[in-house]
Amino acid sequence: MSTVVGEMDQHDDHHHHAPSGLTRWLFTTNHKDIGSMYLWFSFIMFLVGGSMAMVIRAELFQPGLQLVDPHFFNQMTTVHGLIMVFGAVMPAFTGLANWMIPMMIGAPDMALPRMNNWSFWILPFAFAILLASLFMEGGGPAFGWTFYAPLSTTYSSDSTALFVFSVHIMGISSIMGAINVIVTIMNMRAPGMTYMKMPLFVWSWFITAFLLIAVMPVLAGAVTMVLTDKYFGTSFFDAAGGGDPVMFQHIFWFFGHPEVYIMILPSFGIVSAIIPAFARKPLFGYASMVYATAAIAGLSFLVWAHHMFTTGMPVFAELFFMYCTMLISVPTGVKVFNWVATMWRGSITFETPMLFALAFVILFTIGGFSGLMLAITPVDFQYHDTYFVVAHFHYVLVSGAIFSIMAAAYYWLPKWTGHMYDEGLAKLHFWASLISVNVLFFPMHFAGLAGMPRRIPDYSLQFADINQIVSIGGFAFGLSQLIFLWVVIKCVKGGEKAPAKPWEGADGLEWTVPSPAPYHTFDTPPKGFDKPPEVK
Amino acid sequence: MSIKLITALTAMSPIAVQAQSQFNLTQGVTDISQRVYDLHMTIFYICCVIGVIVFGAMFWSMIRHRKSKGRKPATFHESVKVEIAWTVVPFLILIGMAIPATSTLIAMEDSSEADVTILVTGSQWKWHYKYFENDVEFFSLLATQRQQIENKLEKGENYLLEVDRPLVIPTDRKVRFLITSDDVIHSWWVPDFAVKKDANPGFINESWTQVNEPGIYRGQCAELCGKDHGFMPVVVIAKEPAEYDAWIAEQEAAQRQAKEEEQRLLAMSMDMDELMDLGEQVYLGNCAACHQGNGEGVPGVFPALKGSPMALNDMEAHIDIVVNGKSGTSMQAFGNQLSLRELAAVITYERNAWGNDTGETVQASDVNEFMNQ
Repeated sequence: MSTVVGEMDQHDDHHHHAPSGLTRWLFTTNHKDIGSMYLWFSFIMFLVGGSMAMVIRAELFQPGLQLVDPHFFNQMTTVHGLIMVFGAVMPAFTGLANWMIPMMIGAPDMALPRMNNWSFWILPFAFAILLASLFMEGGGPAFGWTFYAPLSTTYSSDSTALFVFSVHIMGISSIMGAINVIVTIMNMRAPGMTYMKMPLFVWSWFITAFLLIAVMPVLAGAVTMVLTDKYFGTSFFDAAGGGDPVMFQHIFWFFGHPEVYIMILPSFGIVSAIIPAFARKPLFGYASMVYATAAIAGLSFLVWAHHMFTTGMPVFAELFFMYCTMLISVPTGVKVFNWVATMWRGSITFETPMLFALAFVILFTIGGFSGLMLAITPVDFQYHDTYFVVAHFHYVLVSGAIFSIMAAAYYWLPKWTGHMYDEGLAKLHFWASLISVNVLFFPMHFAGLAGMPRRIPDYSLQFADINQIVSIGGFAFGLSQLIFLWVVIKCVKGGEKAPAKPWEGADGLEWTVPSPAPYHTFDTPPKGFDKPPEVK
Repeated sequence: MSIKLITALTAMSPIAVQAQSQFNLTQGVTDISQRVYDLHMTIFYICCVIGVIVFGAMFWSMIRHRKSKGRKPATFHESVKVEIAWTVVPFLILIGMAIPATSTLIAMEDSSEADVTILVTGSQWKWHYKYFENDVEFFSLLATQRQQIENKLEKGENYLLEVDRPLVIPTDRKVRFLITSDDVIHSWWVPDFAVKKDANPGFINESWTQVNEPGIYRGQCAELCGKDHGFMPVVVIAKEPAEYDAWIAEQEAAQRQAKEEEQRLLAMSMDMDELMDLGEQVYLGNCAACHQGNGEGVPGVFPALKGSPMALNDMEAHIDIVVNGKSGTSMQAFGNQLSLRELAAVITYERNAWGNDTGETVQASDVNEFMNQ
């Protein structure tokens, strides 16, 4: 592989030097620059959305209304959800895709670099519009991130137009990003890298990208119908004009459920790369991991109405969606069993990426268990729209998706920056996050079972103790993420020099280039690729 | 030893029972809610067993198979047998879960042959109950005082879970609920009955319950329905059938009498002070949630009444909007929610409070005349 690196260094001289200053970042078409911008953007959004969660938890610290009025509280829950989903988790995965997919498949860049620039640079405008709407007369969106009609149409404030416009921009950005990923993977793989030899992170993103292209237009349709219902006199969701508010939910969740998997499939890819690396043992079943991912993606189109069991569906439909939802636990189980079997009789070390990956497996599985409980329609009638649901999706999204993003960041930081991160601080970040995330979300299960509805600014007295514990966990989790910021800045600025392959058990093309990865990598395709890195 | 254990367990059990209500799903007071609870616990235990096995293997591996213990990694991977096993076994477990779930669900969705039918209508932010077999209907509003919510008074035992007029149903009879909404989507939920059903505007949903024990059961709106979503509780009192029959007859008589009384009172006019006193009460109970106690509303969402041209000048339009509401907005029609006296008083109040000093009074007869136009 050293010959490849040598060649590449020579080629570097033929390239135009990257412009410096602001224009470098504005006009860049380099996948590494764009990847970094995506990651920084998502981290900023993570802090912005997180500070809204802090407002929510501060208000819920005690019963009674203390800090904010209920209308503003609703804006906080709504915008917190929108920012975390569309601003934090999704751009973080796109950032990882940008950085890693070309390096993992031995490509010089993404296939469509100018579109790549555009798909990033429209995002800040989308979120500027969304955040600006909070300062409008009447406030920002206050109807939940799920924007159920008619609360989001007839009964919403005028900032809804800004909300719709910003969701449209986010959707365009995601679709462009997804097209780029698919075109890159289909056309630019290194010689010898057949589909069934691709790294699993690449596989999981490949499938995710198809999900994105399938469902983001559905979201665009839903917000457009909200716009025309509110401002142009249509009645898609208004029974008085022949429409149906429940139809909104069908359309929304037809987008929304695959969206859930958009936010977790890339995590599966990350964890499937990290566990074999630190267990120093091949992944137990590469092919079954690919098939399980595809099966989950396929099933994700058949389960949307499990979000809507209380809307009054026919029994037959309730049974169909219950069975399909339960079925998803089979391929998901296959993945978890695979990770455990990969660890079994390995030679494990516990660097920070591995710690986050292991926490992911356990906490995501707990989220999976509550998901299975929620699938059971008769019991879902009790769980639905309570804190049990809030606990469930935060387990899969925070200690699931976000933990996997943290794992990925620690795993590849040496490659990105050329320095080792501070392992002690990183471990502090891990343990602080692990403990606080459970103090934050685990008691929510009990609040929900005992009957606390979600999205309420005030609650009856029997929930007071639980909410106090949850809020303390929330503040601790929020503060813990500042340690992460510190570790990353420290690592970017300096630190122990990282070798090309800082992890003993890691494998894959990204570790064949020096650290930090040069501005241009793989100008000529690498040779000698014969099996997926997870298989070693 | 075993006696000690049993004693200890018995001593613990009251704690366990008490703790159950705070940390776990209620068993409720209907056969259905009991079945739902059993299903919940069954699936929870199955998840626990799977969790112990999977996490047990993981922790075993994390503790034993460490590099620091000098372990050399094995190289095994791919085993069709193992992979088939861990696909088929979970599938069989799922079938085991699906069977009781299916039968419970089918029982829950059979609302046929009900003895009592009640129309439940949600609106921002209250519930309305109408008995089909009897001429009884009423609104049910949050009864917790504003000062408790604002932390100016100590919070009561049933803080946010108390209403002015609870729904009353008979025990041991099948009660069917027809659920709908006047504005946005709400969701009518009583955990003790395991009934949660969305109230969709323009559509009617069905649900039912048959309560075994008399008592007071409390729930809340479960679907985000705007600003005061957290402040629209559900309270249901279940009475023995005989008591219920007496109650409903009494209500029927009382409501008939109130209507007659209202017609009689039309001839009488109230003076400004009376109107303002009653008006303020009605305003705080029905209008202040949106238009605010100071009449200034919430800019961009709920219009101000203080200084509004309608409240200062156009009395006809003012009566119209209070009686008939304004379609396409959150402004409800209060014509069927308040008595003529209350309507007259609240309109008078709005025209004279917060510096809207028009000096005009509106009488019940004015409102009656408007409604009969």
